[in-house]
Parts: sequence; C-alpha cells; structure tokens
Amino acid sequence: MIDLVAFIPRAIQQGIPLMYGSCGETITEKSGNLNLGIPGVMYVGGISGVIGSFFYEQSCAGKGMNGALAIMIPLACSLLGSLLMGLLYSFLTVSLRANQNVTGLAMTTFGIGFGNFFGGSLIKISGADVPSIALSATSGYFSRSLPFAGSLGWFGKIFLSYGFLAYTAVVISLLTAYVFKHTRMGLHLRSVGESPATADAAGINVTKYKYVATCIGCMIAGLGGLYYVMDYACGVWSNDAFGDRGWLAIALVIFTIWKPDIGILSSVLFGGLYILYLYLPTGMDHMELKELYKMLPYIVTLIVLIITSMRNKREDQPPQSLGTNYFREER
Amino acid sequence: MSEAAVSFRRVTKTFGSVIANSNINLDIKKGEILSLLGENGSGKTTLMNMLAGIYYPDSGQIYINDEPVIIKSPKDAFDLGIGMVHQHFKLIDVLTTAENIVLGLEGRLNLKDTEKKIKEICDKYGFEVDPQKKIYDLSVSEKQTVEIVKVLYRGAEILILDEPTAVLTPQETEKLFKVMRNMKADGKSIIIITHKLHEVKAISDRVAILRKGEFIGDMITSESNEEQMTQMMVARHLFLNIDRKKPVNVKPRIEVKGLTVKDPAGIYKLKDVSFTANSGEVLGIAGISGCGQKELLESIAGLQKVESGSVLYKPDDKEPVDLIGKDPRQIHEMGISLSFVPEDRLGMGLVGNMDLADNMMLRSFRSGKSKLFTDRKTPRELAKTVVRDLEVITPSIETPVRRLSGGNVQKVLLGREISSHPKVLMTAYAVRGLDINSSYTIYDLINKQKEGGTAVIYVGEDLDVLLELADRILVLCDGEVSGIVDAETTDKNTLGLLMTKKGGAA
Amino acid sequence: MTEKTQKEPLFHVVKRDTVSRRKEWTIRAVAIISALILCSGIIAMFTGDNPVEIYRSIFLGAFGSERKTWITLQNISVLLIISLALTPAFKMQFWNIGGEGQVLIGGLASAACMICFGEKLPNGMVILLMVITSVAAGAVWALIPAVLKARWNTNETLSTLMMNYIAIQLTAYYIIVWEVPKGSGKIGIINQNTAVGWLPNVGNKYLLPIIVAVIVTAFIYIYQKYTKHGFEIAVVGESRNTALYAGIKVERVIVRTMLLSGAICGLAGLLLVGGINHTVTTTIVDSQGFTGVMVSWLAKFNPIAMIATSFLIVFMDRGASEISTAFGLNQSFADILTGILLFFIIGCEFFIRYRISFRTGKEKH
Repeated sequence: MIDLVAFIPRAIQQGIPLMYGSCGETITEKSGNLNLGIPGVMYVGGISGVIGSFFYEQSCAGKGMNGALAIMIPLACSLLGSLLMGLLYSFLTVSLRANQNVTGLAMTTFGIGFGNFFGGSLIKISGADVPSIALSATSGYFSRSLPFAGSLGWFGKIFLSYGFLAYTAVVISLLTAYVFKHTRMGLHLRSVGESPATADAAGINVTKYKYVATCIGCMIAGLGGLYYVMDYACGVWSNDAFGDRGWLAIALVIFTIWKPDIGILSSVLFGGLYILYLYLPTGMDHMELKELYKMLPYIVTLIVLIITSMRNKREDQPPQSLGTNYFREER
Repeated sequence: MSEAAVSFRRVTKTFGSVIANSNINLDIKKGEILSLLGENGSGKTTLMNMLAGIYYPDSGQIYINDEPVIIKSPKDAFDLGIGMVHQHFKLIDVLTTAENIVLGLEGRLNLKDTEKKIKEICDKYGFEVDPQKKIYDLSVSEKQTVEIVKVLYRGAEILILDEPTAVLTPQETEKLFKVMRNMKADGKSIIIITHKLHEVKAISDRVAILRKGEFIGDMITSESNEEQMTQMMVARHLFLNIDRKKPVNVKPRIEVKGLTVKDPAGIYKLKDVSFTANSGEVLGIAGISGCGQKELLESIAGLQKVESGSVLYKPDDKEPVDLIGKDPRQIHEMGISLSFVPEDRLGMGLVGNMDLADNMMLRSFRSGKSKLFTDRKTPRELAKTVVRDLEVITPSIETPVRRLSGGNVQKVLLGREISSHPKVLMTAYAVRGLDINSSYTIYDLINKQKEGGTAVIYVGEDLDVLLELADRILVLCDGEVSGIVDAETTDKNTLGLLMTKKGGAA
Repeated sequence: MTEKTQKEPLFHVVKRDTVSRRKEWTIRAVAIISALILCSGIIAMFTGDNPVEIYRSIFLGAFGSERKTWITLQNISVLLIISLALTPAFKMQFWNIGGEGQVLIGGLASAACMICFGEKLPNGMVILLMVITSVAAGAVWALIPAVLKARWNTNETLSTLMMNYIAIQLTAYYIIVWEVPKGSGKIGIINQNTAVGWLPNVGNKYLLPIIVAVIVTAFIYIYQKYTKHGFEIAVVGESRNTALYAGIKVERVIVRTMLLSGAICGLAGLLLVGGINHTVTTTIVDSQGFTGVMVSWLAKFNPIAMIATSFLIVFMDRGASEISTAFGLNQSFADILTGILLFFIIGCEFFIRYRISFRTGKEKH
C-alpha cells in the first residue's frame, strides 16, 4: 500500500509548477491567446531566477546572505525574464498578428535553448565537476517551511511542510478564479477571449487585455519554473531537468476546463500521477513498467479531452476565439 | 435648431472607391421616432455606424444637441448618450444577460445592483428579461430585447435600431413598437432603420430617405403615403420590365411533401412544408428573412438534416426518387443535375482564396478521365466561357474570386451553376448587394433557364422583383407555408399579409 | 456652428489586397538578413569575434568539409520529410503538432523489427517488414487524433501533443525491455555485427534520406496541386460549409489526410532508426516534429519553398553548433539563434499581409 503521508507532499511538490503553469496559461487563453510557448517561458522563468541568485551568491561569497534579498533578487529576475517572453509573444501575435501556434512553438524552442544555454554557461563559470549548479543557500530561503510544521505530525507534513512559493501558487489560483468570476476585469477578459469583436464594440480595449493577460500569464507560469529549481530541486539547476512539465501544464488547462480553482486540486492530482510510478510496485524484474506508468498523466488528459468534446457542454468549451487573432477592420 | 438631438452636416464616408455616404445633412429631433428608409446598400447603416462610433467620417461634422462632437469609438458614443442595436447582435453567448448588459462599463462589478437596475428599466418600458439566463438559451427576440436594455442601461437618450423587425414575428414586432412608444414618451429620440413601408407608417413620426448614399429628403409620416416614399426610395416608378414569358411544357419536377426541419436546439425551422416546383417555371419564395428559406433550399440540396418528410425528384422518363438522406455527391452521382446558388457566396458557394478556374471545378472536380488527378483544362475553358458570356470583370481567370466585386462574384457562381444545364436551379437572394445592371443580368439568366425547361426556385426579398420574375410565389411564414399564389394575379399587399400571417387563407 | 476636427492616429494598419511575389520575398529576405545581423551581434558579444569571421565559421560548420556537407544535406532531408508530412494536414487547418510522436513511433517499429527478427529472417525480409510496420505505426498514431477530430471535434493541437508523450513513454518502456547491456538504460547500436535491418547504402551512407526527401517533395507537391485529394484538402481548409456544398465528406478527408501525414512521419522514423542512427532513443526525433511545423508554415505550405526553409534552419543550427564548439559555448546556443531567426520571419509576415499607411495630415474639405 502507498504511504499517503509520504506520497501526498511529494505529489503536491510535483503539482506546484504545474499549478503555476496552468494558471498562467488559463489567464492567457481566456484572452484568446493559445500560448504554446509556456514550456519555454517556464524555462526562462527558472533560469532567470538562477542567474540572479547565482550572481548574488557569488557576490556574497563567504559573507552572510540577506534573506530578503536572497528571495527578492531571483524572484524579480524570474518575473522580468518571463515578462519579456510574454511581451514578445504578445507583440508577435497581437500587434503583428502572427500565427499563434507557430509563434508559441518558436518561443518554446527559444526558451528551452535560452535556459539550457545559460544553465550550461553558469555551470562552466562555476567550474563544477557535475553538470549542474547548486544554489543551496538561496534554496534554503525558498524552501523554508513554517517552523512548527514538523511538530504537527501528519497534518504538518501534508499541509505545512512547503516553501512560501507553494502557498503563493494556491493563493494566485484562488485569486485568479475570483477575478474571473466576480470582477469587471474578469468579465471583460472573458469577453475578449469569447468574442473580441463584441468586446471591442462594448468599448473594451482588446489589445490591452490581450497584452496584459498574456504577460501576467507568462509571469505566473515563470514562477513555476522558479519554484521548480529553488524549492523542488533544492536549488540545483541541470539542463533539461525541468522536462516536459510545461506541456503538461498546457494539458492541465483543458483538464481543469479553464477554471484555476479546479486547477489547484488537479495539479496535485497530476503531480501524483507524474510520480505514481515511484510508488507502484513493479518488482525488480520489471523496472520497465515504470515507464508505462509515466504515461498516466497524458492518457488521463487525452481521455478528459475526449470526454469534454463528446459532452460538448457550452460552459466547458475553450474560449471561442482561442487561437485566432483579432483585427478590427476584418469582418 | 434647438430641438435637434442629432445633426449631420455634410457627412461623407467612402470605403476605397465606393462612396457609402455623400454629403449628408440630416437632423433628428428630440423625442421623435425617425424612420431611416432606403433600399439595400443605400448607406443607412453606414450613416448610423458613424453616429455609433463604428466608423469615422471622412469629412463633415456631427452635432449632438448643437455641440460639435467627435465620436471615434463606441465608448465615445455611449458617453454622448447614443446607443445602437446592430442587426447582428453583439452579445457573448456564454455570459448571462446581466453580464452582457454591463459589459464594457467601468467601476466595481455588482451584479445584484445591476439586476435591480435592469428590472427597473424593464418595468418602466415594458420589457421582459431574465438577467440570469445565458444568452445561448435566449430566442432571437429575447436577444434583441437584451440589446435594447443594454443601450438603455447605459443611459442612452438617442437609440438607433438597425432593421430590428427583420427577425421578429408580427406579435414580437408589435411588442417592440409598444416599447418604442414608451421610450418616446420618456423623451428619447429613436432612429429605426427599415425598408418595410407599413412599419414606417405604423411607428415613426418622420421619415428620412436615403438613396445610393445620398439624402433625398424627409417628410412627416402622417402626411405622406407609401407611394411617395417608394418613389423617393427608388427614384423611378416601379416597373421593372422583367421579360417574363409564359411557362411552357410544365411538368412537376420537385415534389416536397411534409418537410419538417429542426435546428440543433430543437426549434422548428420548417414545419410540414409541401409544394411542387415545375419545369419551365420560376417558383418564387417570399418571407421575412430567417423564416426557413435557407433550410428549405438546403434540404433539397442534401445539406440539411431533415426531421421528416420527403423531397421527390421526378425525372421525365424514370420513377421519382427521394432526395432526403442523400448528400450533394450522391445526388450528383444519381445523375440528377441540381444546381444551387446559396446565400453565402464566398462562405459556401465559392472558395474565396481560389481562382476562378479552381472554383469552376468545385462541384465537378470528381469527373474527368483520371481517377487520381483533377482535370484542369475543362474548368479553365469553362472559366473563360463564363467570363466572356456573363461579362465578368476580372484581371484574369487566375485571380482569387474574393478580389472580385459582389456582382462579379455572383456571376461566377451562377455561371458555374447553370453551366451544367441543370434540371433544377435554386437561388437564394441572387441579387442581394448587386447593382441594377448586374441584377438584370441575373434575371435574364434565370429567365433563360426557365425557358430552357429548368425548374427554378428563386428565394428573394424584393417583392416587386418576385412579382415580375416568378410565375408562382410560395410564401413562408415562420417555417410554414402560408400561401402559394399566382404571381400575375396577386399584389404586394397580399404577399405582405401572407408573410406576416401564419397559415393565413390564401 | 464650428467644426471640430480630431488628430487621427499617426498611422493606420490596412490589410493588403495583393502583394507581388517579388515584394513578398523581398520582405522575407530583409527579415532573414536582419535576423542574421542581430544573431551575429549576439555571437560577437559572447565570443568577441568579428561578424565576418563568425559567418565564415557558420558556413564552415555547415559546409566546411565533404562530410559536413553531406551531414547537413542529410539533416535537411530528414527535417524536410517531416515538414512535408505535416503539410497536407495544415493545409486543411488541422494543427498536427504530433509529428514528434508519429516519427518516434515509426522509428520504434523499425527498431522492433530489427531486434525481434534480426536473427530469424533474412535481411531483405527484415527491411521490408520495417518499412511496412513503421509506416503503419506512424499512420495509426496520426489516425487516433484524426478520428477524434472527425467524430467529436476534439481539439487536435492538444490531442496530438498528448500522443507525443504517450509515444515517448512507450519508447522508454521498450528501451528498458531491450536494453543492452542490462541496466544501462540504452539499446546501443542494433545488430552491430550483422547490420541486419540497416538500410542499404546508396552511393554513400548519406544519400538515401536525400533521395527519399526528393521523392517525397515531388509527391507532396503533385498531391497537393494536381490530385483530387489535394483539391479536397484545399477546400476543407478554406471552409467546411463549402466542402459540404461541394459534396466532400469532411470527416473522411480529415482521416485520410492524417493517415498520409502519419505514414510519411513513420517513414521519417524508419530513416532515422534504420538508415542513420541504427538505434532508438526517446530523443531521436530531436523536436523536429515541432520544428517541422514552423518549416511548413514559414514556407506557406509550399513544398518547394520548404526546401529553402528547412535549409535555413538546419544551416543555422549546424553553423551555431560549430561556433559553440569552437568557443566553448554549449550546444543550446543554436536553439537561441534559431529562435531569433524564427521570430523575425514570423514577425515579417505582418508586413506582407498588412500595409501601414501614415496619415499625411492634409484634410480635404
């Protein structure tokens, strides 16, 4: 039997980057932009934080680090990096009306290349003999959990044993869900994604909403990359380690039928599926089965995708204008 | 001057080389209902779009309450108290009525307050609206109501309604007019765009007439009659002089029996429709738009899912066959030559991005000797023939059809459809948006087909044309046949009555 | 009454009606050249070398020796085949980004034949089986999203994406099943001693994929332009309503076209495994399924133009690799440069489709 007290925290830790990624992508998609560049953005978010903290750690070599700065510098770098990616995507698709799929794929190529290039370069600078950079000091700040978490038994372990970025992800998801449902901004954003022409006629600045939503979405997704390196991976960056989580985050958006609050639980569920192979018994002779178990999140997503398209319920469909660009004079 | 709510002064708007509005001077007084009358393409909607901030005039000036204003976006228009209800509703399906009504406004979102305010407006003017219903659950007339409430919610003093009755049943129209009178009593100025004369008479205080983008004149409705209005609208007296020959060699060709069609939402689009279309005869189909004309033609063409009923095709020498349940390809393969000029020319009848030659083989590309390859020579020859015979103006036959003008697009489409010497020819709004000359070319082509023994089904919106072109006219009202009349012995009034009266005695 | 005029925006975007071929390609050329200049600037920043020297290195990286030239041509061929495979689907507006998985599963099928029948059947039989199974595997992998799209209108971008990962995990599974030696997590060169299932050398070991690419290019060109299937694809891509009107069965076209797409992807997998690498790994396709999307789109789905776009991308990739090796930068440098190049080309399409008209400021009265 699986040891739930050990399993759940690991599932949650796996789920947090996905939660960031899918929440960011949901915001973006609500504006009608299908950003397939999210995997690249998450790499950029991660590596930008790493670059920031790498130089901060270097500058403090030997001396003590300031906790606030140790968090703020990578955080700011990460947000800036992914903001620039968001601006790039918005400029190409909104201002220049480029094809969204192609732009997104190019951003993913670029972003992953960017991450691995600077990752590789830093590894070289640091002169490490393993192909990774360890920022354990910074990571210490990021993954610090509540001091009394350890004394609360299973409850503390399951709910209180994470760094602040994990809770931030939940807060951001809840906040996003609230904004979608209960604010004018959310209403306007949804209308831009459903029918930009209608929104435009109602006096809503479609371009602005698309830009802002895409940029905020990218920044949130970028935090997923940052969390992954600083907390989950204990400050160790190695190239390609982030893997395909970005694509999984995009898949998760469908799984959650564009609802960030559902995203919280589904991210954890996906996180669980992602690492389930570690817990399912295979026996020593059949290690290969683990690879099949790793298929689970993708198969589940595919099934959900099929079911939602079969049910064809209005509320569960993607934003109507998703993937298309808006040009007022084109009717 | 002081009583003018809106004044247009020397307003001109062009689109490329087309002059939509030329030097328009027009006043709308406070607290009046003004009808803006004109044929299709006379520039009514363009003019109003400038007031609503959709377009910006090339030159000239608009005044609101004698103040010169600049309206460069719909938001500017709202701020000036102008609200327009467009023909195509600008509503978002997955949002609720209340959400749609407050869309684009600023400040904190408080749907409770909104709902209260909506209720106040409804009570004041006599609307019925459920603020919590999703738009996709609403009927067309309910959607229109939402649009009007939306405009009032923004505090509009000047309302523009663009052909509001085109989609309404007579009862709904009456209800709308009642609301409009309430709004007028409340001091609001209302402009209603229409081309239905009896509605102009019924609702408006004054009528202004546009023709080909120019302001022709205005008059007090109660002091004018329909004859005068029509004359101003069309400039010449209504004798179209379409050369209609007596039908010869008339034989039943298409027999429709009990045809019933429902849309995906389960609403009846056609209900128990039965009629016969004969060879050598033009059967006109009249009705308010959206009364099942599209579904009727598409059912015959094999494009529509049919609930029940049959469409029998009767060849000269063989047993009749039922076309229901067959797709266009199967109908073609059965050797039935059935041509169809759909309403949506570039979205259905032609491929806008393909050139003339490729479009010629759209319906026939499967024929030709080779099983694998398309025959490219025959369509090219056909394209050349069509261009020559119908005088299509195009740079070359390699030009994408979307770059041709509306009339030329229609000639290409009709040219292709009649090139197969069809036994049955169906056309939907064949002259919509076309100038007079192109229209006459189309009428001639249709008459030639008829004389050649084709059964023609002509769906039209211009009653004068229907009366002169068709031999018999079938009138649809709300998906039902409200009458089939002989075109030579009937008049516009009878048709108009049938169009608005369900199952009326013919 | 006085007239009020407003300051109109400084410029105004207008959709172009037509644009001459020449202008179109001039705009693209300008974009590519600007991108190359920017890239060389970036390279100069990292290496301190002068731009001319950099371009020499890039060129030498791609064509510096006979071997390098052959490898470049071979890489172009593989990318071209994958891009061509995706093209008919894109033409009908079916966003197949599952090329990655379709190629991989084709490669896996080839590897399976090589491993399972390598000692049991004669070489010719094995190769024949490889061809059949890899093409069939690719086709099946494409068929699933196609059927879903045709039946329930399931979003194909997302379903093909998921199929990629399922293919990757399936490959990972078999790699462990077949691993040599046990515990290494790798298959290694298959049939190293017997070379059973290795596709034959034609002239030299690089030429086969190139020949296949030429054939596939010609095939897709003719298929799209001159066949009834090609015509149907074009109509479906333009408008579903028109397709129905023309009596085209949209579902059937989707399924048939995706089968073809997948089959050609499977063929690319066969070349990668049986012809080039003689092994299979989960990363053997190296994101070319995604790159192919861009190659195809940049060429506006024109097979002949695709030769140029795939050349451009491979050239840049190999050139940048050369530079990174020479200056001790890492291999991912190439991806950054490719990304920049792509952004420029993607962005320049705007200037082809739209025109910016500046207000002259004179008002007519």
